[in-house]
Amino acid sequence: MSAMAAHVLGEEPSYLEAGGRGLRSWILSTDHKRIGILYLVCMLSFFLVGATIGVLMRLEQLTMGPTIMQPQTYNAMFTVHGVIMIFLFVIPGLPAVFGNFFLPILIGAKDVAFPRLNLLSWYFFVTGAVLAVTSLFTGSGPPDTGWTFYAPYSIRTGTNVSLAVFAAFVLGFSSILTGINFVTTIHRLRAPGMGWHRMPLFPWSLYATGWVQILATPIIGITLLLVILERFFGIGVFDPAKGGDPLLYQHLFWIYSHPAVYIMILPAMGAITEIIPTFAHRTIFGYRFIAYSSVAIAALGSVVWGHHMFTSGMGEMANVVFSLLTFLVAIPSAIKVFNWVSTLYKGSIVVEPPMLYALTFIFLFSIGGLTGLMQGALAVNVHLHDTYFIVGHFHYVMFGGTGFAFFASLLYWFPKMFGKMYNRTVAIIAWFPLFIGFNMLYFTMLVLGVMGMPRRYYDHLPQFHTAHVIATVGSWFLATGLLILLGNFVVALFKGRKAEANPWGGVSLEWTISSPPPMENFEQVPTIAGPPYHFNPAVHR
Amino acid sequence: MSNAIPQPHTLPSAAHHDYAGSKIAMWLFLFTEIILFGGLFLLYSAYRAKYPHEFHDGGNELNYVIGVINTLVLLTSSLSMAGSITALQKGSRRLAMLLVGVTVALGAVFLVNKYFEWMVKFHHGLYPNGPELLKRPPGQVLFFGLYFTMTGLHGLHVIAGMVLLSIMLVLLARNRIRQDDYGKLENAGLYWHLVDVIWIFLLPLFYLAA
Amino acid sequence: MTQLALEADHGHIVPYPTLIKVWATLLVLTLILTFVSKVFHELLAVWAMLFITPLKAGLVFYFFMHLKFEGPLLKGMVLVALSTLVIFIGMLFFDVSFR
Repeated sequence: MSAMAAHVLGEEPSYLEAGGRGLRSWILSTDHKRIGILYLVCMLSFFLVGATIGVLMRLEQLTMGPTIMQPQTYNAMFTVHGVIMIFLFVIPGLPAVFGNFFLPILIGAKDVAFPRLNLLSWYFFVTGAVLAVTSLFTGSGPPDTGWTFYAPYSIRTGTNVSLAVFAAFVLGFSSILTGINFVTTIHRLRAPGMGWHRMPLFPWSLYATGWVQILATPIIGITLLLVILERFFGIGVFDPAKGGDPLLYQHLFWIYSHPAVYIMILPAMGAITEIIPTFAHRTIFGYRFIAYSSVAIAALGSVVWGHHMFTSGMGEMANVVFSLLTFLVAIPSAIKVFNWVSTLYKGSIVVEPPMLYALTFIFLFSIGGLTGLMQGALAVNVHLHDTYFIVGHFHYVMFGGTGFAFFASLLYWFPKMFGKMYNRTVAIIAWFPLFIGFNMLYFTMLVLGVMGMPRRYYDHLPQFHTAHVIATVGSWFLATGLLILLGNFVVALFKGRKAEANPWGGVSLEWTISSPPPMENFEQVPTIAGPPYHFNPAVHR
Repeated sequence: MSNAIPQPHTLPSAAHHDYAGSKIAMWLFLFTEIILFGGLFLLYSAYRAKYPHEFHDGGNELNYVIGVINTLVLLTSSLSMAGSITALQKGSRRLAMLLVGVTVALGAVFLVNKYFEWMVKFHHGLYPNGPELLKRPPGQVLFFGLYFTMTGLHGLHVIAGMVLLSIMLVLLARNRIRQDDYGKLENAGLYWHLVDVIWIFLLPLFYLAA
Repeated sequence: MTQLALEADHGHIVPYPTLIKVWATLLVLTLILTFVSKVFHELLAVWAMLFITPLKAGLVFYFFMHLKFEGPLLKGMVLVALSTLVIFIGMLFFDVSFR
């Protein structure tokens, strides 16, 4: 119905209509909901590009020797795959889309603390993305260093490292500004009555994440800047010929990039924590444990970076310290898993698509976490470092973890964001090739790694061949599942039936407003009277 | 007991002022600057531990008199900056503007000193990949590499601070910053003070390393 | 208008004399630091630096940046940020010192 008619009837126009519908009204909008959608569209596009590169990489490994590309191209492929997936999808991840859209709503606010800064964050994101894409096509070709840009190779290689690294530098600003915005928003804009311990757990996770974004990202900023300075001016800090120490590059790089994985996973865990109580129709088990464990993970996760460097030449003392701390950081994560599972106990469980994918998250993330522990053991790490085991591990946590949480969140919040319901049966159908393909692809990688297959190798020996074929076929199932899942959403945007305000029976604030929400979220700012996950056991679907 | 601020039930769509929130956000931004430079301090500390004698020798070659003078310049600029806020709070807009102007001017003095310092070094071939520097032992190469990187990055921030404060001057002139609405000036001041604090650390690390 | 009345309307004001005293202290500390570094042997110079420099920074934070008069939230945040940097450098030395 037109905005005018809705207004006449006393209904407020939704944010999709109010403020205009043209392109300009979107890319100049400071409405947190629109900004969330802007991020969503960009990020899913980049995800598809990155996934395509992944499929191509797997095609190359379908046969021994060259299949569809030469070694230099393969090196560029895994570099660009990593850069796109990490910097353009997983790190912005849930905060950029669901944090932007739902943080203000979940705390009863009308927007974030600094809406214009929010838009600037998106501009930085787009600029960084454009620069990254440009680096593929200009100069001496796309970087071939791996997304980790290790010195001294990153200093010496002729490929377009400086531009790619500068792109990542610009993207860092997007992350930092989002972190500042969210932390301030949570401190200052909670609705009356919402003390810290009445705040839902997704905002708690965004708060912890915000601090990591603020305190860790500048380190990668300076590191990337130094790579550029090294390449242009030869300062010497990472050049052994000038007395520099390449290991210091690794330290600086991982001081950010390890906490970065917590930027990736903490909001994902937070979103899962919103979804599970809704479909178990029970309050979350151990609210304070989940809240504080987010903070603990952020804190502990900032002092374990050395576990990426066990075989690089660090001293034994450092190895032992980082290994010990790595084991410790698993504890708060495990606490979350125990709490989610305990929430299910004696719940009235309904397996709608969001719940199915959330439960899958728990399973896949657990495998990822456990394999991480294995890598944290020094003696084991000697054999597993730089093998496919690592690749399998991080895909389980980043894709099985954050990726599936992203899908679950989209399945959960899509009706609220767009006012349309997708085809739930198709969403469940998509799960099968997704789940089977995912495990065919990545569990096989774990096996390959234990067998000794090195990562970032363009070719493989005969003893690894069967496993590689299985993995590649798995990638085809996975890609199929992705296309069905995402295609379903696109169809729903145009042809989905109208969604109600509360299709799932949720009890948090976003379900009290219309689908899609009005421009300023709440006609009247709510007053909060009790804890966030209050389910009345007598009343459920 | 909740510490959330109560919000009026009909909020205008335009951004409303949250003085405390803006201050928190500014401090959070300053943390990113602290960590940014922190990465360089981290490198410095590692290399100082590795090449103590070369760092000592390198320090001897820097002109500590200019270093100390520049320190006094920045410290004084911090005084004028803080003073400008006190002035505005007490209602003296003219004095506030004057003091902000003094701050910017002192920043310029700092940069001029820095320029001459660097020129002298360049003239002697002491710059990254410069002829004289390449003859020196590795520890000294790193010392000067870090010297130019850290003072250079700091200098960029001095320039940024001067631009920021010039904008504040304009806003003061147009009465957009006033006795009852001075948060912007305070936040700009915070940035300037941080630039001063970074220099406070750079002085002993490079000029007094001997 | 009295100081108290001004502050009620315009937030806490740091008086000029305080600012000048802090500035003078900073100047003196700088000169002491320079003197100790140039005249005395290295160990004393290092200790002077390790003690005086954070003290100077602290004065700027506390008085010029108004931190002394801010609430526990802001003070806590600054502590978290500074501790983070210290911990990063400290943990690095688990490697650098033992290689």
